[in-house]
Amino acid sequence: MNAVRKRRLFVVLAILAGVGVAVALALSALQQNINLFYTPSQIVAGEAPLNARIRAGGLVEKGSVKRSADSLQTDFVVTDGAAEVTIRYHGILPDLFREGQGIVALGALDSSGLLLADEVLAKHDENYTPPEVKQALEKGERLKTAGRELAQ
Amino acid sequence: MNWTWFHKLGSPKWFYEISGRLLPGLSIAAAVLLVVGTLWGLAFAPPDYQQGNSFRIIYIHVPAAFLAQSIYVMLAATGIVGLVWKMKLADVALQQAAPIGAWMTAIALITGSIWGRPTWGTYWVWDARLTSMLILLFLYFGVIALGQAISNRDSAAKACAVLAIVGVVNIPIIKYSVDWWNTLHQPATFSIVEKPAMPAEMWLPLLVMVLGFYCFFAAVLLVRMRLDVLHREARSSWVKALVAARVGEGR
Repeated sequence: MNAVRKRRLFVVLAILAGVGVAVALALSALQQNINLFYTPSQIVAGEAPLNARIRAGGLVEKGSVKRSADSLQTDFVVTDGAAEVTIRYHGILPDLFREGQGIVALGALDSSGLLLADEVLAKHDENYTPPEVKQALEKGERLKTAGRELAQ
Repeated sequence: MNWTWFHKLGSPKWFYEISGRLLPGLSIAAAVLLVVGTLWGLAFAPPDYQQGNSFRIIYIHVPAAFLAQSIYVMLAATGIVGLVWKMKLADVALQQAAPIGAWMTAIALITGSIWGRPTWGTYWVWDARLTSMLILLFLYFGVIALGQAISNRDSAAKACAVLAIVGVVNIPIIKYSVDWWNTLHQPATFSIVEKPAMPAEMWLPLLVMVLGFYCFFAAVLLVRMRLDVLHREARSSWVKALVAARVGEGR
């Protein structure tokens, strides 16, 4: 490579490095604005503003879903393993909504820490499983628990 | 180090000959892989236990998204070659690959949005992955528009190359957006170092589709580049000789 080309290559790489550093600084400064939702830990720690429209995301706690008998109101708890937030929602939940599923709820936080949601989105994880495999896994799980109960 | 082989690569005549020999094989491979992958993915792969059949859009969405990003990296690489070595063929490749990349990005965004409605409950959400992908589409539009707007070929090549190189910063952002920030989009199912989070009867047809998309891209790119090379070299002696030979054959 001759000197002119070497210099041009150096200039191009320098521009790329400069732009990269600038973008990295901007993105790290905007960290909190780019996150789509607050985790339950952040909400409990008081990082989310009260009475403003925010999104909360986490896993729906097993056994926490309470459906109202005479309306579409549903109460459930989302957790990230460390903290919990109760969400109240009026309306039709997405097909993928179930206990143990990741969800993102849009709404306002009231002073008692309850999130009044007006939109609930289901979050899909990166795992894909055919139905037979899922059934086999659940069956194996049931057999294991049954075996454990017998042994006791 | 001897760089003569590298400069030979930039000769339009040499490129035209080599690409003519590669093209039939690539086209056949693309057609076979795409047909096999589509049938396998849509008809024979098992459904997902949660999403049912709607997950099958992955067989278009994921290959298109892979290509959208790979093509942009290719644009940046050809941009560097074009700026540093002043190779004309690099500019041909950059200009001709950009519209294909824009289409792949659009396909990825549209299929993702169609899948998002039944799965997430919304067509669009401004999370980091979806937004950075939309920015990629606009970067492609920028490269295409810049190439069309500047009539001087050398200035257009230089401007497009700079935009392609600067824009490549967006690629790692797309890739790692799902790890760096909370997003609605799920993290990657596939990685080079780990076992995929999906059984083989689901990812094998996807692999076939991804290879098919890459072959399709290579074939379409070569066809477009060959046409552009003929157009740009129309006054050179080798193109005139080629045309004369074709006319002599009665074609």
